[in-house]
Amino acid sequence: MSTTDTTRTARLTQLDTLESEGVHVMREVAGEFERPVLLFSGGKDSIVMLHLARKAFWPAPVPFPVMHVDTGHNFPEVIAYRDATVAELGLRLVVASVQDAIDDGRVTESPGGSRNPLQTVPLLDAITAHRFDAVFGGGRRDEEKARAKERVFSLRDEFGQWDPRRQRPELWDLYNGRHRRGEHVRVFPLSNWTELDVWRYIEREGIELPSIYYAHTREVFARDGMWLAPGEWGGPSATESLEARQVRYRTVGDMSCTGAVDSPATSVAEVIAEVAASRLTERGATRADDRASEAAMEDRKREGYF
Amino acid sequence: MTTTLPSTTPPPTTSHAPSHPHPPAPSPEANPQDPWSTVTASVAEDLAVSPAVDSAVDPAEAEQARHAQRDLLRLATAGSVDDGKSTLIGRLLYDTKSVLADQLSAVERATAARGGGAGDLAPDLALLTDGLRAEREQGITIDVAYRYFSTATRAYVLADTPGHVQYTRNMVTGASTAELAIVLVDARKGVLEQTRRHATVTALLGVPHVVLAVNKMDLVDFDQTRFAAIAQEFADHASGLGIDDVQAVPVSALDGDNVVERSARTPWYDGPTLLEHLEQVPVQRDVHAEAFRFPVQYVIRPRTSEHPDYRGYAGRVAAGTVRVGDELAVLPSGRRSTVVGIDTFDGPLELAHAPQSVTLRLADDVDVSRGDVLAPADQAVTTGLDLTGTVCWLAERPSVLGARLLVRIGTRTVRALLREVDAILDVDTLGVHTLASVDTAHVLDAVDTSPTVPRTLGLNAIGRVQVRLAEPVVLDDYARHRRTGGFLLVDPVDGATLAAGMVGPTLLDALVPTSTDDEAGDWLAGAGI
Repeated sequence: MSTTDTTRTARLTQLDTLESEGVHVMREVAGEFERPVLLFSGGKDSIVMLHLARKAFWPAPVPFPVMHVDTGHNFPEVIAYRDATVAELGLRLVVASVQDAIDDGRVTESPGGSRNPLQTVPLLDAITAHRFDAVFGGGRRDEEKARAKERVFSLRDEFGQWDPRRQRPELWDLYNGRHRRGEHVRVFPLSNWTELDVWRYIEREGIELPSIYYAHTREVFARDGMWLAPGEWGGPSATESLEARQVRYRTVGDMSCTGAVDSPATSVAEVIAEVAASRLTERGATRADDRASEAAMEDRKREGYF
Repeated sequence: MTTTLPSTTPPPTTSHAPSHPHPPAPSPEANPQDPWSTVTASVAEDLAVSPAVDSAVDPAEAEQARHAQRDLLRLATAGSVDDGKSTLIGRLLYDTKSVLADQLSAVERATAARGGGAGDLAPDLALLTDGLRAEREQGITIDVAYRYFSTATRAYVLADTPGHVQYTRNMVTGASTAELAIVLVDARKGVLEQTRRHATVTALLGVPHVVLAVNKMDLVDFDQTRFAAIAQEFADHASGLGIDDVQAVPVSALDGDNVVERSARTPWYDGPTLLEHLEQVPVQRDVHAEAFRFPVQYVIRPRTSEHPDYRGYAGRVAAGTVRVGDELAVLPSGRRSTVVGIDTFDGPLELAHAPQSVTLRLADDVDVSRGDVLAPADQAVTTGLDLTGTVCWLAERPSVLGARLLVRIGTRTVRALLREVDAILDVDTLGVHTLASVDTAHVLDAVDTSPTVPRTLGLNAIGRVQVRLAEPVVLDDYARHRRTGGFLLVDPVDGATLAAGMVGPTLLDALVPTSTDDEAGDWLAGAGI
């Protein structure tokens, strides 16, 4: 944080305020819960979240493990980033595997090939198996209108369900994490951040990201107004054709439903300029599964998705 | 107190690039008696030194420099049903270019669907904010939502709170973190009971700044006299509640008059637009004027080879400042020690202030744990077992005298007993019903649970409670310590948050009692509003 400035004016900038709030939330969870875990996908939001966790407990190591819900359709660059980060910080990594869940017959592959909605079952199974009582997620309220209603601390029942009508009111910075056995709390330390805040923070802190966030040449095909990467999960079809384009990703998710955008932005500064000028939201531009219906996200959250 | 209408305002900006190159707003003169105004001065100072408007600088760099200086304002909205609150928020988002093309096209589709397929309807901006299925079905807002928009100088977190009477609790929730509240009235209807209720909740929660948005001015032909009368009536009411910063703005949310763009239809109005006012409100209190408070969240003990003996107390500065060398008391125990280090991941600090998250190291190996509060050793701090506070009941199940509860205050959670509800605010008349038969000689095992008058708080009721705590806690008066004087009542069985409370004598004491228990009986029996 910019010490000189804040000392003189006794005022925090927006990013300092958001950082301080995120660190506060992390420490509340560590102080109140027995077995927290941080969801780490290798995406920019979870990377920022992990950065806040390092700040919150320094000089001690991050006092909880990280969990990756592995859809089996990952960008190789992201898996490499995940493994390098875990090794560098000495973290414990828990992997909840969609492929395992499919192999065990706990979930069934969907016809469209998207594995994003399938993440819920292995996620909940892992929470139960490891008896996690608090699960950090990188969700932001600016992402989607159902998420705008989400609390920082979100109580989930034993089925992982979110009920927007029964949320606990959240007052001041008093987060109520009481829960019964079998229930858990989803915690969103980045609730009040926007996509641009995340990028500006990445720039200010000099945080390294997987290379797919920056423009690179990639074989893609067009579907639903997005550029999708090819793969065994269903593309390109006979009527779709591959072409090499200069693209980057605004979000990192399952490869089957995460679209790339045309972009010349190869640096953080260029990405910030591009995001600031964009006329499309992050999810609107790149997430096929949010387009299913007007309440797609709300419906998935009710089922236990983040 | 009168409504302030500053005569010097920046010219309206007619077009907005995504970075909103507003000129910085002029600040009102600093008043040394008012901790808020002194901060305004330093904010203005910062703006003056930023290279924001220097055209010789690379625009990208200038934008970056502006952003580095940008601060955060939290605000809440309150309005009655159909006052156009969702439309106003939609307008703020839309006119600050915070609505992106895919969101707008979704709203256009939804508008057309509701209009029976008519494609030429203006997009219903209210649909931007009602995000849940049930809300869109019913066309109302049922829960607090948080919205984000920003300008060149400031980022905003807006708590969008429903205006229905039965959602008072949501207004309380939104107002708890807000530094500014926008109270909406319909220019045709003027100040209603609902408006007074919103002002009362705003005052109870200690929101420092209030904007009265007199909406639907287009429907009263932008009548200056009408606006002035409403502004005056509201100012009088607010003044009685102790709210002394009110800015009234005549707006049409539907058409965008005086929301972001200045209206040509109110030539008689020389005050700021809504957004211009938001841009110039001081964001943080002068932290140097407040006593230091540090609720300890977590004890950091790495026990690594690099830091074998490190012991730090992690937390967020709730009020005031702390410096290396300060002597502190550990409360409630009262033990003392001296700050020898203020640590952060980014390096040590000499001084920390609210609301920074830091880690403090102390000179002595005193017993400090989560739930303790660090405060200046040379200042008296109230601690105790008897908590008096004003609560807003948040749960469907009503309060029960003698109930065993948990009180969450700061980072501490203690067992507690609800001993008494001795005053209830009639949120319709804004009178206070006091209960004459309060037995102050209660002991823990002899709580009178069968009073003649049901001393009960139902959902959304506001009242004063007496709570006995199992362990002593710091009892900071909410009126002076907004971050440490708030508390929650929690059900120990299922963990539900039952009530939000504010420590200390409050507005309820200032309001004139309207009745005692006998005549209040019928009303109280139906207190579940």
